[in-house]
Amino acid sequence: MVEEEGFRRYIAHIILWIGIAIVAFPVYIAFVASTQDNALIANGQMSLLPGGHFFEVYYQTIFVGTSGSTREPVGNMMLNSLVMALLIAVGKIAISIISAYAIVYFRFPFRMPIFWIIFITLMLPVEVRIYPTYKIVADLHMLDSYAGLALPLIASATATLLFRQFFMTVPDELLEASRIDGAGPLRFFWDTLLPLSRTNMAALFVILFILGWNQYLWPLLITTRDDMQTIQVGIRKMITTTDALTEWPIVMATAVLAMLPPVFVVVVMQKLFVRGLVETEK
Amino acid sequence: MANVTLRNVRKTYPGGFEAIKGVNVDVGDGQFCVLVGPSGCGKSTLLRMVAGLETVTGGEIDIGGRIVNQIEPADRDIAMVFQNYALYPHMSVFNNMAYGLRNRGMKEAEVKTRVDEAARVLELTSMLERKPRQLSGGQRQRVAMGRAIVRQPKVFLFDEPLSNLDAKLRIAMRVEIRKLQRRLNTTSIYVTHDQLEAMTLADILVVMNGGQVEQVGNPLAIYEKPATTFVASFIGAPPMNLMSTRPEEIRSQLAGSGAADAGILGIRPEDFVITDQTPADGVVLPLTVEAIERVGAETFIYGTRAQDEQRIAANPGELPPGEVIVRIPGSEAPPIGERIRVAAVRAKLHLFSGDGRTRIEA
Repeated sequence: MVEEEGFRRYIAHIILWIGIAIVAFPVYIAFVASTQDNALIANGQMSLLPGGHFFEVYYQTIFVGTSGSTREPVGNMMLNSLVMALLIAVGKIAISIISAYAIVYFRFPFRMPIFWIIFITLMLPVEVRIYPTYKIVADLHMLDSYAGLALPLIASATATLLFRQFFMTVPDELLEASRIDGAGPLRFFWDTLLPLSRTNMAALFVILFILGWNQYLWPLLITTRDDMQTIQVGIRKMITTTDALTEWPIVMATAVLAMLPPVFVVVVMQKLFVRGLVETEK
Repeated sequence: MANVTLRNVRKTYPGGFEAIKGVNVDVGDGQFCVLVGPSGCGKSTLLRMVAGLETVTGGEIDIGGRIVNQIEPADRDIAMVFQNYALYPHMSVFNNMAYGLRNRGMKEAEVKTRVDEAARVLELTSMLERKPRQLSGGQRQRVAMGRAIVRQPKVFLFDEPLSNLDAKLRIAMRVEIRKLQRRLNTTSIYVTHDQLEAMTLADILVVMNGGQVEQVGNPLAIYEKPATTFVASFIGAPPMNLMSTRPEEIRSQLAGSGAADAGILGIRPEDFVITDQTPADGVVLPLTVEAIERVGAETFIYGTRAQDEQRIAANPGELPPGEVIVRIPGSEAPPIGERIRVAAVRAKLHLFSGDGRTRIEA
């Protein structure tokens, strides 16, 4: 990149800093609020510097929960969210890579119609098919369970499509070389296709984990027990209190905690993702 | 060790397109057979049928006395080297070569012995732990060869293995492939569109065109006696000069040579001499020099004949009507625009029927 000299460079930096401030300020406020005394916040006298209640508030949030509303420790909610997000991410990758393998590498009757049916489900996200999906999950007695939380969100056209596109760029000669080397379909999938898909899987995992973690409507519908609650639903429940004061420090601490796993996944996987992109294999 | 025999092999695609229209070739044990032809002539398809990667819709493919039409590629006892090498990108060089052996349940000690031996022969020993992407094109090519030889198959199949290399490396690898094949004495089938590669490598040359075999035989025999105008213009560079015998100028010179029914006359560029004399028996053409190409040891003269004539047949590398290439040794050449006379003796003339499908022996 060409080095911009003097004035122009400062302007550019100032604009970038303003952008960062706009994005980061609410996050900062959430963190500050989570370390203050609730009475202070309720008075509208919250300072812009972190208060002295950090350990106290976070301990209560993670292990005890609010004194009113849900009463569920946020640690447990995070565990629920984590299990759901992992099930969704891993399940989606597993199912879609297998179905993409079938569609790209096997010639069976109605192959293309089946592909189009999968493709069409892109137009049917959970929100659209929510009633029938709820009915099925309820009939299968999967309400208030991890299976109920994750299964309806697992079948994924997007990921299938992505793997299909990737498989089509893998040279046919690799498959032919495998056939001559005596590798059957399963061997080829396991020994060649999976290792080649590693970077794709990493990228998908990041996207799908965050997608799963941020689910709100579906968990809200099918979980009724407090101990099956996910963190996104929990935050909402904490805010609405009937006749008590909303415990803002705890709500804010929960919000901060809810941000951590996605940030962690992005930071960790980004390295792997970028490394995968740099060493292009094919 | 095996013969490979193709008996009336056909390939018709479901759409009705006939890619291979009945091919008969017999490759003897330890021989190097080269399939050559322009792109789309079916040579790669034929090779892939031998490999088992394409189904055979008619005829028989026989490897070592066993009809393999219905046998899986892995069980045909063949090894193939692909044009783009098709190395497993995520495996080390060692694992690339070992993969086929391990899949066959070979003991790890034996696998190691074989791979080490192949690596030694191909000078890859220091690179066994590298990944394919860390290798140069020539090294990848050698790994692909290594993957084929560790298996000690009955037949090697090569699908244009040198076309991704630069010119210098191509010549070096060509020599290496030939030496290796001689040493291992394994029957080989090699596909290329490069007639020079074909000439230099082949024990048996199979010239293909439009899904059919035009001519099979020893490369030099094919060069000296091409069976059709297609073969005549495909084998040899620059291509053979082909001209109609209809113009009086040529007809009169051929008269009495027992070639009354010939429609096309072919003369290789190197068979011309620039001369003022008229040879006792042969053909003399007056030319106007249009262009000169000096390449050091030899010089190509592009000339046009006095009278233009129509194109004779659609052949690869065919010259524009009326154009003649003359190859002379050294770098002395007449100036552009000069009118010269070139002559070829009777023994060096090739005569073909008017449709170019039949060679006429005088």
